[in-house]
Amino acid sequence: MKTTLQLRVNGISHSLTIDPDTPLLYVLRNQLQLNGPKYGCGLQQCGACMVLLDGKAHPSCMIAVDVVKNQEITTLEGISSGNTLHPLQQAFIDEQAAQCGYCVNGMLVSAVSVLKESPHPDEKTIREGLERVLCRCGTQARFLRAIKRVIR
Amino acid sequence: MSNPTRRAFLRSMGLLTIGFSLPFSDAEDLPGSLKKTPNINAWLEVLASGKVRVFTGKIELGQGIRTAIAQMAAEELYLPMHQVEVIMADTERSPNETYTAGSASIENSAIAVRYAAATARATLLQRAAQQFETDIEKLTLKNGFVQYRKQRKSFSELLNGQQLSGEVKMPVSLKPKRMYELVGKAIHRSEIEKMVKAESWYVQDLRFPGMIHARISRPPSYDSRLEFLDEKALRKQFPGLQKVVVKGSFVGIMGADEFEVMQAQQWLKDHARWSVGTSLPAPKDLVTYLKSLPGETKSITKRGTLSSNATWKARYIKPYLMHGSIGPSCAVAWYQDGKLQIWTHSQGVYPLREALHKMLDLPLELIHVQGVAGSGCYGHNGADDVAAEAALLAMTVPGIPVRLQWSREEEHAWEPYGSAMVFEVEARLDTQGRIQEWNYELWSDTHSTRPGGNPENLLPARYLEKPFLPKQNLEVNGGMVRNSEPYYALPNLAVTAHRFSGPLRVSALRSLGGYGNVFAIECFMDELAEKARKDPFEFRLMHLEDTRAIAVVEKLREILSKEKNAPGEGVGIGFARYKNTAAYCAVAARVRVIQRSMQVIKLWAVIDAGEIINRDGIINQTEGGMIQSASWTIKEQVKFDTRQPITRDWYSYPIFRMSEIPEVAVHVIDQPNEKPLGAGEAVQGPTAAALANAYYQASGGRLRELPLLLSSYREQSQKEN
Ligand code: FES
Ligand code: FES
Repeated sequence: MKTTLQLRVNGISHSLTIDPDTPLLYVLRNQLQLNGPKYGCGLQQCGACMVLLDGKAHPSCMIAVDVVKNQEITTLEGISSGNTLHPLQQAFIDEQAAQCGYCVNGMLVSAVSVLKESPHPDEKTIREGLERVLCRCGTQARFLRAIKRVIR
Repeated sequence: MSNPTRRAFLRSMGLLTIGFSLPFSDAEDLPGSLKKTPNINAWLEVLASGKVRVFTGKIELGQGIRTAIAQMAAEELYLPMHQVEVIMADTERSPNETYTAGSASIENSAIAVRYAAATARATLLQRAAQQFETDIEKLTLKNGFVQYRKQRKSFSELLNGQQLSGEVKMPVSLKPKRMYELVGKAIHRSEIEKMVKAESWYVQDLRFPGMIHARISRPPSYDSRLEFLDEKALRKQFPGLQKVVVKGSFVGIMGADEFEVMQAQQWLKDHARWSVGTSLPAPKDLVTYLKSLPGETKSITKRGTLSSNATWKARYIKPYLMHGSIGPSCAVAWYQDGKLQIWTHSQGVYPLREALHKMLDLPLELIHVQGVAGSGCYGHNGADDVAAEAALLAMTVPGIPVRLQWSREEEHAWEPYGSAMVFEVEARLDTQGRIQEWNYELWSDTHSTRPGGNPENLLPARYLEKPFLPKQNLEVNGGMVRNSEPYYALPNLAVTAHRFSGPLRVSALRSLGGYGNVFAIECFMDELAEKARKDPFEFRLMHLEDTRAIAVVEKLREILSKEKNAPGEGVGIGFARYKNTAAYCAVAARVRVIQRSMQVIKLWAVIDAGEIINRDGIINQTEGGMIQSASWTIKEQVKFDTRQPITRDWYSYPIFRMSEIPEVAVHVIDQPNEKPLGAGEAVQGPTAAALANAYYQASGGRLRELPLLLSSYREQSQKEN
């Protein structure tokens, strides 16, 4: 069942021997020990596991690792450049946009994806871009404020 | 006139009877958790590095308590924030403060830290005065050093590397508030940086060498028993499984590859055979059914006389709600050299340890329970259960750390929900439109089945060979009657509670019975205001006596006076003082009603939580509480059939998504000379009522049953037919 495949994550190639059906999320968290993408539902319903696939936000909890082996995968760990935080990361800190913070990965990764598509999105576009990500603490108003801070 | 403190205390316990007054002198009592743990070194340690380490028995749940506690310590010790580190709930390090619950962490833990730190400061200054052979007044305190002229000594030098000993004794002289540099300010929570940088922070992020993954095989209903499990076939299908554990009807599997273990769990769902179990009642009319169940009836408050010719009546209904943590419950357990260590996001590490000790029959001192941040829980979710399951499994594989992660379906289906409730209220107005009589009855299941040292409240304990079964208890308790007495001056009043034991597993959900009680009371206040031909603000103010309550309502009125509604929109309000003794909160909601649907446009809150510790912390909690409560109120309802809860994912149990999020605005009233009060739950009830009242203003339709979206749909369909 196991095969060896190459995966490019945050600009680094990894050679992994693995069941190719394994959803990407478990490979990122277990094999590569990343903390950004989180398990929330495993059903593509909550966005906790969001990553960028070729720059576009996509849940990683159902998509098999085999399907994404030729794609550029970016996790929350990979959105900063060196020690400089991505402006959205900085804005989340400045707005104190988190309570428990479990959803922050999905919110940030989705926001990065929105801004890639259009650098000055209107509120509706931002909301649509974050629609797949659930937050139970009710921090959404702060996430919106933080994102607007960046596009101003 | 009875002593206000004592009166407030009794009122919060739901025990207030009139003409009853006790002397209550608390001038020299130790505050908060110091009563139980007065030793200074239980609360703080001076480190050689110059930092001070603070211990709290509370856990960070996203409510910002870690930062508030650090602020209190730093302030009293004249330290910058980064020189204070906080150790959270840990049975080998922190004081035992039982549960992080009821918005009581500021009042108990942070206050204890404040007094312990002030005592530490006094002791350090005394030592310095001795060592420098001078007077305390000539010393200055800065960045962890005590300075005298050109000489200075660090805290740890002053103590010769030892720790502070002794107890906190009243009176303690606190730093004067006018000199505060940290308390009251919007101090950043340092863990938010960790979150946005994806650093390890949650229990889900713990990884140990050789750690294996576990999953549980769940029965098809609460009390099904395992009949047959073909372990051979299971192992053949999943050769990587390291261990299959069957203890009675408790079934767990473990292996190194998480995905394989998950597939095995799925296989077991299809192949393990279980008894059918008792069927759940899934009545057409849940309210009549719940009201018909046996249980204690208890008078909570009675004063004056009720004439039994009430003019106005209404019944309100609240369904079962779920906590719905975004990250399902998770724990790591490691049984090594006869000692068991658990990493958990439980709200009570000590009571959990006690319950585990009884369930596992393992001496208390061999169990170490350490609190780690988890996904927000808003009460008693699956945290304790998953920790108990991980413990049971880890005991079978000594030396190997075991990580157990619940699935979305497990969290949705097995967590203990917030109970359904029914409220019936009737009132009579006098000719001036004042409430003369108020007669209120409520029906509810319990709002706490926390382990509290009892294994029967841990889910897996029910399935063991020698099961610990939950005891049938039909008593009225504090959680269900929380906020059942209106905070208004009502001359003739009766509040009666009826307990039932309902079909679903239930426990503490943010604000307990307060959410439903305030919803009912504040909707009815709005209905009465209309009968009395009074404006909703005016009507509430007519019945309020407490000046702080009046101040929050008036502030809200002032804020709204500048607002204008668009067509189809309406604004409604709600007010409560949480537990009738804690934070004061008034909320306004603007909704737009279109056809069968409603949209929440904006929510405003005015909150008075006494002395402000962290301004942004209060705002964050209040904004979040309003949005969460709006989601509960508008959309949410746990559904079940005769076997099990059937709302098992985010499609069948939808919560607010980004497109539904209203704008929010919070105004905090500072009361620097009052006690600081927890703020995390104050807004839940008022928000619910404000929304229903706003719906009425927008559409003329009175919705008395939650969730509102469903009732509005029903109401509209009736109108059309
Ligand atoms: S975990 Fe992937 S969408 Fe929920
Ligand atoms: S901040 Fe807790 S789920 Fe969003």
